[in-house]
Amino acid sequence: MAEQAKTLDATAINLETWKKLERRSRRENLGRSWYKFTRNPLSVVGLVTVGLIVFLAVFAPYVTPYPEHAGPFTDFANAKQPPSLEYFFGTDTIGRDVFTRTIFGFRFSLTMGLIVLTLVVPPGVLLGLLAGYFHGTWIDTVVMRVTDIFLAVPPLILALAIAAMLKPNLLNSMMAVSLMWWPWYTRLVYGLATQLRNEYFVKSAETMGASKSHILFKEILPNCVSPIFTKMSLDMGWVILIGSSLSFVGLGVQPPKPGLGTMVAQGARHLPDLWWISVFPALGIVVIVLGFNLLGDGLRDLFAAEEV
Amino acid sequence: MTGQPLLEIKDLRVNYKVYGGLLEVIAGVNFVVYPGERVGLVGETGCGKTSTMKAILRILPMPPAQIAGGEIYFKGQDILKMSHNQLYKVRGNGISMIFQDPTAALNPVFTVGQQMEAVLKNALFDGKKLGKRQIKSDALQALKEVSLADPERLLKSYPVQLSGGMRQRVCIAMALSTQPEMLIADEPGTSLDVTIQDQVLRLLHNLVLEKNTSVILITHTLGVVRETTDRVYVMYAGNMVESAPTKQLFDRPSHPYTQGLMEAVPRLTGGGVAEGIPGRIPDYLSPPTGCRFHPRCPHVMDICRQQKPPAYQIDDGHQVACFLYDSKEGSRK
Amino acid sequence: MQTVTFITRRAVHSIFVLLGLSIVIFTISRVIPGDPARVAAGARAPEWVVDNLREQMHLNDSLPVQYGFWLSNALQGDFGMSLVTRRDVSQDIREFFPATFELALYAGVIMAVLGITLGAVSARHKDKWIDNVVRVISYMGVVTPSFVFAIIFLLIFGFALGWLPTIGRLSEGMTPPPTVTGIYTIDALLAGDLATFWDALQHIILPAMALAMGSMAQQARITRSSMADNLTKDYIGAARALGVPEWTIMSKFLLKPSLIPTISILGLDFAGTMANAFLVELIFNWPGISRYGINAMLRKDLNAIAAVILVLGVVFIVVNIIVDIVVAQLDPRIRMAAGRSG
Repeated sequence: MAEQAKTLDATAINLETWKKLERRSRRENLGRSWYKFTRNPLSVVGLVTVGLIVFLAVFAPYVTPYPEHAGPFTDFANAKQPPSLEYFFGTDTIGRDVFTRTIFGFRFSLTMGLIVLTLVVPPGVLLGLLAGYFHGTWIDTVVMRVTDIFLAVPPLILALAIAAMLKPNLLNSMMAVSLMWWPWYTRLVYGLATQLRNEYFVKSAETMGASKSHILFKEILPNCVSPIFTKMSLDMGWVILIGSSLSFVGLGVQPPKPGLGTMVAQGARHLPDLWWISVFPALGIVVIVLGFNLLGDGLRDLFAAEEV
Repeated sequence: MTGQPLLEIKDLRVNYKVYGGLLEVIAGVNFVVYPGERVGLVGETGCGKTSTMKAILRILPMPPAQIAGGEIYFKGQDILKMSHNQLYKVRGNGISMIFQDPTAALNPVFTVGQQMEAVLKNALFDGKKLGKRQIKSDALQALKEVSLADPERLLKSYPVQLSGGMRQRVCIAMALSTQPEMLIADEPGTSLDVTIQDQVLRLLHNLVLEKNTSVILITHTLGVVRETTDRVYVMYAGNMVESAPTKQLFDRPSHPYTQGLMEAVPRLTGGGVAEGIPGRIPDYLSPPTGCRFHPRCPHVMDICRQQKPPAYQIDDGHQVACFLYDSKEGSRK
Repeated sequence: MQTVTFITRRAVHSIFVLLGLSIVIFTISRVIPGDPARVAAGARAPEWVVDNLREQMHLNDSLPVQYGFWLSNALQGDFGMSLVTRRDVSQDIREFFPATFELALYAGVIMAVLGITLGAVSARHKDKWIDNVVRVISYMGVVTPSFVFAIIFLLIFGFALGWLPTIGRLSEGMTPPPTVTGIYTIDALLAGDLATFWDALQHIILPAMALAMGSMAQQARITRSSMADNLTKDYIGAARALGVPEWTIMSKFLLKPSLIPTISILGLDFAGTMANAFLVELIFNWPGISRYGINAMLRKDLNAIAAVILVLGVVFIVVNIIVDIVVAQLDPRIRMAAGRSG
C-alpha cells in the first residue's frame, strides 16, 4: 500500500514538472523556430510585407489620403493627373486617387485568398485524410478518382467557365476558383496520410482501440499541419494572382469597385498615355504575391529544417 | 609493416559549418595503409569513418565541410594540395571507393554500361587512356570477375532492374575495373540481406587477394574485421583511439572503448549477457574537453577531462590513445 | 509495346474525363436562366420564329436528349452558332485556334530553353552572384501575373523604346501567308516570304515573352533546385570518386535526372498556356481562341463556351499524355514500374 502511494505521489509530482517542462520546451521551440526563420532575411521581408499589407488593408480608411475615392466619386477637374505629391499614384479618368484605391484594393485581394482557403482547406484536407487513411478501400478510390477528374481539366478554364455562368462578382469567381483548387489539398494530405498511417504511433493508437476520428484528427492531422500551413501561405499568393487575373478579364471584382486586377484592366485602355492607372495597381499585385511567396518559402524552409 | 606507406593521413581535421556553429567532425586523425595491406576501420555510426574516407578523395560536400588542417599523402604526394588534374589521376586510378548503399551510388537514369564506360573512359592504364572497344571489353571483364551472369545484358540494364546484391557487385566491378592500387569499401553489404552480405564480403576478399590491392574496409561489425583484415583502426567521435594488427586487437583490446565494443558482441558460447556501452556519442558542436570518450569511460581520470591523449605505443604496431597507458599518469603499463 | 498500352490506357481515361467535362459544362449552360432561342433569334423576332427555333434547338426535349444531340453534332465538328460572331462556332475556332497555338508554341520554346538554361547556370554557380541574380529574376517572374508582364513589355519595348509592334499578328497592310498550318511564321517560311515572316516574328515576340515569363521563371527555379538536390546525391559522389571528370558529371549525370521534375512541370505549364493566353491576347489585341473564349464567357455565348472548353480540354489532355511519355522515356524507373504493374 505504502509502495503504491509512493508511486502515485511520484507520478503526481512528475506530471506537474512535466507540464512545466512542456511549456518551457514549447517556448524554446518557438524561440528556436523564430531564430531559424529570421536567419533568412528574405523570409523576414515576406513577413513584414504581408504584415504591412494586412495592416493597410484593415486600416485602409484611416491611412489613405482620399478614402472617399474608393467608393462612388467623381472629380473630373482633377482627372487624368500623373503622379504628384498630391496624388501619389496619379488619378484615373474620373478623378479618383489611384494610391487610395490601390490600398483599398488590398482588401479585395486578401478577401479573395480568405474566401478560397476557407472553402478549400477543410473539405480538401478532410477528403485527403479519409482517402489516405483508408488507403486501398473504396473510399480511397472514389475520392482519388474525383480528384483526378478535377485535376485533369485545364485549371483556369473551369474556373472561368463557371465564373462566367454565374453573375460576375468576387464571391462567385472565388467559388469557381475554389472548385479547381481543393484537389491540391486532398492530394497533399493524401500523400502524407498514406505514409503516416503506417507509423507506430498510429498503429499503437489503433491497437488501443482509439476511435477513427481520434486517429484522424488527433494523430495524423497534427503531423500534417506544417505542410498544410506552408501551402496555405503560398496559396494566398497564387489565389490573389488568379483572382486579379479574373478581375482583369471582368469576372472578379466589378467596377467601380477598386479591385487591383479591375483597375489594371480599366487603365489598359489608356496605355501608354495614362500609364499610372494600370501600372501602380499592377505593382500592387506583384507586391502582395511576392510577400506571400517569400513568407511561404520561409515557412517551408523552417519546417523542412526541423524535419532533420 | 615495412616500406613506404601507400596512404598516410596526418592529423586531419575536418569541420562542418552548420546553424549553431562549427561541428568538429574529424579532430586530428592519423591513419596509415601499406601496399597490399587490408586495413579495417571500425566505429559506431557517426564517428567520422565515412567522412575521413571522403576527405581522402576530396568528395566531401565542400560548402558545409571545411578541411581545417592536416595532410593526406598518397604515394608521397599530399592529396589536399593537388591540382584538379592530379586529383583525377588519383581518383579511380589510384584509389577507388565502394559506397554503403549501392542503390544510391548508381545513377538511376543511366544504364550500368553507360556508367561503367564513363568511369573507364577516364581511367589511365600505364598513363594511357583506353579505346572504345577496350573499354567495353574491360567492363565485361570486370562484371565477370564479380560473378555476375550475362554481363552483356547487364551493361544494357538500368539499376532499377537489378537486385540489391547485383547492384553491390556492379559497384564493386566499377571500382575495380580501373585497377586501383587501393580500394575503400564503406560498409559493403550493410544495406543487404545478411547472406548476401556474406557473399559480397567473400567476393571482395578474393578479388583483393588476387590483385594485391590495398583495402580500407569500413564496418561497424567486429566479426567482419576479424576475418578479413590484417590491421584494424578503432575510431571514436572523430579520433582514432586504437590501432593494432587484427589478432592483437582481439587478443588484447586496450582502449576502454574497444573493450566496450568487444563486450557488446554477444557470444554464442560461454554464456553471459552482452553489455552495451552506457552513454551516447558526443555532440560535435561542443564536444567533451580532453579525451572525447571520457564521459563514457569506466576508467576516467582527471587528466582525461583536461587533455587529449596522444597515441601510446604499447606493442609492435599496437597503439592506443589513452592516458591509462601513459607511463606517468596511467595505472597500467 | 509498353508505350502503346500506356497511350491507349491514357486515351481511354481521357475520353471519360472529356465526356464528364462536357456533361458538366453542358448541364451548367442549360441550367442558366435565359432563353437561348430568344437570344439566337434576336429581341425583335416574332414569337413563332422563336418557337420554331426552340424546337430546332431541341430546347423542349429533356436534358439528356439535348446533350445527345449536342454531342453527336460536336463529334461531327458542328458546335452550333456563335451568338457573338453570328457564324458557325467551328469556323471561329478554325480561324482563332492557330493564332493561340502559335503563341503557345513560341512561349513554350522560350520557357523550356531559357528556363532550363538559366536554372542549370544557376545551379552550377550556386550561391555566387550570377546564381543570386537569376534567383531574384526568377522569383519576380513567378509572382508577376502575365498581363502585368504584357503591360510592362508593351510600355517599355513597344512605346518607350519603340522596338517592337504592339498590336495583332501583322502590321497594317501586310497580308497573311497562304494557310498551311495557320501559323503565320511557319507558313511564311514555307511560302518563302521572308518579309511577312519577319513581320509576324516581330509581332509575336512580346506577347510570347509575356506569356512565357511566369513559367520560364518557374522552370529556372525547379531546374536549379533539382540540380542542387541531386548534386548531393551519392551517385554523383560515387562518380566523382571513381574519377569521372567534373564536366561529364555536370552535363550528363546531373542534368538528366534533374530534368525529370522539370519536364513534368514544363508540360503542365505548356498545356495550360493555350488556356491562359487570353491575359496576353487582350493586351496585344491578338486574335486567338483564348480571347474568343473569354468574350464568349462574358457574353454568355453558350455554344462557343462549350466548344472552346472542349477544344482546349483536348489540347490539355493530349499534351499531358505526351509529357508523360517523355518523362517515362527519361526515367527508366517509371517505365519499369509501369511495365511491371501492367
